[in-house]
Amino acid sequence: MNRRHSKAKLSRREMLAGSAGLSFAFAVGAPSLFGESDAFAQSGGRLNAYVTIAKDGTITIASPALEMGQGVNTALPLIIAEELDADWSKVRVQQAPVAAVFNHPILQQQMVVGSLTVRGYWIPCRTAAAQARRVLLNAVAERWKVPVTELTTEPSTVVHAASKRRIGYGEVAAFAQVPEKLPEVKPEELKPASQFRLIGKDVPRPDVVDKSSGKPLYAMDVQVPGMVYATLARAPVRGSGPISFNRDELKALPNILDAVALDNGVGIIGNTVEAVFAARGKLKAEWRDAPGSKVDSAANLHEYLAHVRDPARKGVVGRTTGDAIAAIAGAAKVHASEFTCDYVYHAQIEPHVCVAWVKPDGVEVWTGTQWQTRAVAEAAKAAGVGVEKVTLHQMQMGGSFGRNIFVEYVIDAVNLSKAAGKPVKMIQSRGDDVVHGRFRPMYAQRIEVGLDASDKIVGWRHRIAADTVVPYLYGQARMDAQKGVDHIVFAGADVPHYDVPTHIADHIYEERGVRTAPWRGIGAGATNFAVEVVIDELAQLAGQNPLAYRLALLKDPRARRVVEAAAKMADWSRKRDGTALGISFGKLGLPPIGFSLVGTVAEVSVDRSTGRIRCHNLWCAADVGLPVQPGNIVAQLESSLIFALGSALKERITIQDGVVQQSNFHDYEILRLSEIPPIAVEVIRSGDIPLPVGELGIPGVVPAVSNAVFALTGRRLRNAPFTPNRVKAALA
Amino acid sequence: MAVVAFTINGRPAKVEVAPDTPLLWIVREHLKLSGTKYGCGTGLCGSCTVHVDGRAVRSCQVVASQLGGKQVTTIEGLAADANHPLQRAWIAEQVPQCGYCQSGQIMQAAELLATNKKPSREQIVAHMDGNLCRCGTYPRIVRAIERAAREA
Ligand code: FES
Ligand code: FES
Repeated sequence: MNRRHSKAKLSRREMLAGSAGLSFAFAVGAPSLFGESDAFAQSGGRLNAYVTIAKDGTITIASPALEMGQGVNTALPLIIAEELDADWSKVRVQQAPVAAVFNHPILQQQMVVGSLTVRGYWIPCRTAAAQARRVLLNAVAERWKVPVTELTTEPSTVVHAASKRRIGYGEVAAFAQVPEKLPEVKPEELKPASQFRLIGKDVPRPDVVDKSSGKPLYAMDVQVPGMVYATLARAPVRGSGPISFNRDELKALPNILDAVALDNGVGIIGNTVEAVFAARGKLKAEWRDAPGSKVDSAANLHEYLAHVRDPARKGVVGRTTGDAIAAIAGAAKVHASEFTCDYVYHAQIEPHVCVAWVKPDGVEVWTGTQWQTRAVAEAAKAAGVGVEKVTLHQMQMGGSFGRNIFVEYVIDAVNLSKAAGKPVKMIQSRGDDVVHGRFRPMYAQRIEVGLDASDKIVGWRHRIAADTVVPYLYGQARMDAQKGVDHIVFAGADVPHYDVPTHIADHIYEERGVRTAPWRGIGAGATNFAVEVVIDELAQLAGQNPLAYRLALLKDPRARRVVEAAAKMADWSRKRDGTALGISFGKLGLPPIGFSLVGTVAEVSVDRSTGRIRCHNLWCAADVGLPVQPGNIVAQLESSLIFALGSALKERITIQDGVVQQSNFHDYEILRLSEIPPIAVEVIRSGDIPLPVGELGIPGVVPAVSNAVFALTGRRLRNAPFTPNRVKAALA
Repeated sequence: MAVVAFTINGRPAKVEVAPDTPLLWIVREHLKLSGTKYGCGTGLCGSCTVHVDGRAVRSCQVVASQLGGKQVTTIEGLAADANHPLQRAWIAEQVPQCGYCQSGQIMQAAELLATNKKPSREQIVAHMDGNLCRCGTYPRIVRAIERAAREA
């Protein structure tokens, strides 16, 4: 299969320009989706990059995005099938190769981030499908000598009602020609939402069958003839590498072929995975110093906090509204509060695995990644070949949650294959996956709110001290192009839905040498914790119910609706015995793309002697614009609510002397079944465009739990996660 | 190195491995039955769950020297045509997301249903509590087990 890669540069400007001009930009770009204009006979029924129709009626749809559990390999093909008017039972989904034609229209790369996949491909996929349908219609019109306007379609069938003639897509494919110039389809000519047959109704996910029977789908499952195994012990901190290690001792171990120093770690290569893991346990390495070598996260957190309190310390300012500083200076009252969030780890259950085979004429790579374009580019660079010499076999991911946007494991596997001279299956041990993880930044936050004499908000200042992500993910050039605004850290630190007349948020960089990454929900998992607890505090100051206060302060009716709906589901005003409710509002997205919105209510109890919080119920109302696959949206919300609940109650990475202190699921605990409360989700449709979903459960949970604990105990929890010790300290 | 003979999914198997080789790697890398997954290697996640003589065990915690003569069943051998009531229920309830933990979940659940035809919700939770799912498919796992118990 041809998996060519085309280089495209991503800049913040392009991204925003693309997102601002969604509808027309896509319409202009759409014709380029057709690279070829061959006759069907020559093209094997290929209508365009996305759609191929075989003579037996089988419709193969290429999915440009990679599956990591979020359901894109169902949703995108379904959107195409809808516009094509395909019989879904005849559709086969195929992973699209890495090629510019499949780039994410906003991101200009093949990349699966920000819950933007369905949103981004929405118009281009439909346009491609509509064009394919037109080609079929035109072919039938010509053959039957009828005006094309008299033809309609039913699933996989062209119909001429006047003459009661019908013909299946497969039969049309046998004689249709793809014309030189493809029919133009304008966005307003796409199928109106009222006529959708597939979108909005649940179809079974095709991948679920294979995933219930243990089929090989993941990099972990790849077997290549003649391959050997390897593991990589990465240096403890970013920028470090081995000075020396016990190579001879390792090489003498049974079934070990070699142990090699890479720039960032020590690779161990052997005939079996058990041999390389055993040897990994015997590695003794001395690592060179790097900026992160002395990191102490507990001490650093105090410094971060001191920084957000220090008026003299200037951070990089994100989006602002009006002059919040002046408004707060002139306010009758100022309310201030502070919050911290520890580093958190992705804990995807499949640790990093990559199979690489460097051959004389190129390199083959088998792995899962959230950034296919980059994986190809990095493999090419590591192998010293052009991107056209790289074949990326895209495997599904055993979870990712932001981790596999970084593709260092691809570079490592290519380097190890070069060293071995053979195909290498590189598997990270869980211990190394934790210790060499990339974490959501640690946050200290301070919010100051200026109030007038009648307790009305006049100004809102949100200060963040946190590690950065963008320079390590996208490079310093991109960070500079964004004027230093790290949108991954900032996400959620604005309050466009509330009636807040002036607003400013700034980010004080904490460059400590810690490896960081986007983590599901990016910044909003931390920033919305601070925002929504402050809203609760303002309600308290105003002597109002937190629900009523929010509803009065939210100026966007969509926002009010999710908060109201969640409260209604929770039966908000009913008094509970021994438990209490907390509520929050949250959002996901960017202004030019649109926000999906979420209202969350948590019911909790607290065991005062142990400090353990128990979450008894979660209710969530989610406005996702147009729900493409409602059942999967519920699944994604359950998933992200549980994910966030873990970060509220348990999940934390701590670092001492530059070394991550956690090493597996016993000391980095993720939630288990007995800790999962009943979860109710209501999906709200508010329009005809699908909005971000995959991370939508994240922003609301941590503040809802904190607010519930306040309702129950009168004490605010400001340091996430709310570990038993912290809870006991807060209650003391 | 030692030669170990045992039964896998009803067929005889013989592997030559170091005696301390985990069953996990024997199954998925030596015998190439890759449905059984590596998640933690320390008995903490459950993705590697298989049956040994009918009991659900963490295959990362069983080593070659304990295997002689044992009956090992993996997800691939749970039922002909992957048609176990649990597998049907898993599809009906659309349980998997990333799917990586699911072989282990199903094998763990299969042990429960083999010994307890109508488990209560509490019994399901207690039995499944050691199988982690980072995608948070837990609510659907419970529903699928209840469905399988109902429909089996
Ligand atoms: S891999 Fe065996 S329990 Fe996790
Ligand atoms: S389905 Fe992804 S870990 Fe369970």
